[in-house]
Amino acid sequence: MIGGAFSLVIVTPEGEVVQTSVEELTAPGALGEFGVLPGHIPFMCILSRGELAYRRGAEKKYLAVHQGYAEVGPEAVTILAELAEAAETIDVPRAEAAKRRAEERLARRGPEAHEIDVERAQAALARAMLRLRVASRR
Amino acid sequence: MANLRDIRRRITSVKNTQQITRAMKMVSAAKLRRAQERMEAARPYARRIAEVIGHLALRAAPGAHPLIRAGERRERRIVLVVVSADRGLCGSFNSGVLRRSLEFYQERKGVEVTLLTIGRKAGDYFRYRKIPVAERLDDFFRSFDFAKARRIGEGLRRRFLDDGADAVYLIYNRFRSMLSQVPEVLPLLPVTIPPSVQPPIGMIPFDFIYEPSAAAVLEALLERHVNTQVYQALLESSAGEHGARMSAMDNATTNAAEMIDKLTLFYNRARQANITRELIEVVSGADALKG
Repeated sequence: MIGGAFSLVIVTPEGEVVQTSVEELTAPGALGEFGVLPGHIPFMCILSRGELAYRRGAEKKYLAVHQGYAEVGPEAVTILAELAEAAETIDVPRAEAAKRRAEERLARRGPEAHEIDVERAQAALARAMLRLRVASRR
Repeated sequence: MANLRDIRRRITSVKNTQQITRAMKMVSAAKLRRAQERMEAARPYARRIAEVIGHLALRAAPGAHPLIRAGERRERRIVLVVVSADRGLCGSFNSGVLRRSLEFYQERKGVEVTLLTIGRKAGDYFRYRKIPVAERLDDFFRSFDFAKARRIGEGLRRRFLDDGADAVYLIYNRFRSMLSQVPEVLPLLPVTIPPSVQPPIGMIPFDFIYEPSAAAVLEALLERHVNTQVYQALLESSAGEHGARMSAMDNATTNAAEMIDKLTLFYNRARQANITRELIEVVSGADALKG
């Protein structure tokens, strides 16, 4: 199967986002980015928040993934993610607004700020930045 | 015999009510369709996660993770999450699940129960009965997404792992069909391992490389599994609510139609009686003059 293609399925709680056959995939693994070509050894991996890319012929697609998990086999890759957004579907103005909001919240925090609030704002900021980065790929 | 004008007024009033119930039925039908779609869409994700956990747990040692607890354990402190709707006018949807919850609560004598409610009706129900609720989420269903379910899942996990609860139960309306919702008790924590089904297609089980480690993958998936179960229960409850309201409003519309028919009959009969009475008056008046 070397040089061929493998199937890629990306599933989120909102439904199946991608179901296609691809030739190459790069994903943000917990220990760093990894690439998958057909015939990969079986591999289970937690994904960190980041950018996922796959290629089919000359066509290359990018997605932003959060809270993901990948199951890699020689002929199939399944990705379960809480969120997976294709670069084309990302709402840039909304991501920008979210980024500003999170930044303001972080800048404004006083000494009595709740740890959870800070964490949440940081997570929101990271998400917004990721979306913007992925959106810039289209 | 009732006054003609009174009857006419009642007919108009019932007609207005019928218009409202009919509109509510249509709105519920539309919302139900959307909720059902969301429910369908969430299924593959939940199924996949359950499958993978089934696999991993096969290989993991018993007690591999505190969320899966090996062996029976007496429950001294439990958390009970009750999911109802925010609003009424949906038949026995709320009363059914709330009655079941109250039973469940009362059956657990000598057990410390921490009560959490999702949906305004559940919170009100226990407040009225003076049963303390640790946390209530009102106006939850107007807009909820996976992130909201995840936050609930995280909170429940904290209560289980850090606050020493022995078990977490969730009571909600399971969506059996558009017309039928059944109150169901879901043991959420400790996680019951879903029976392992087929190994993922094209994969040899037992021969995986894990990153960062098998234990870390299991932990991440267990957490997601809990969140997903919460999310699905909420979706089912929400779809069930719309289904229940739709059929309740359908019944109400039918009843209103029946009542309109009956009142119209009364009205006609009364009108006829009036006419007859007037005729008799005229005739007997004429007779008297003649006589």
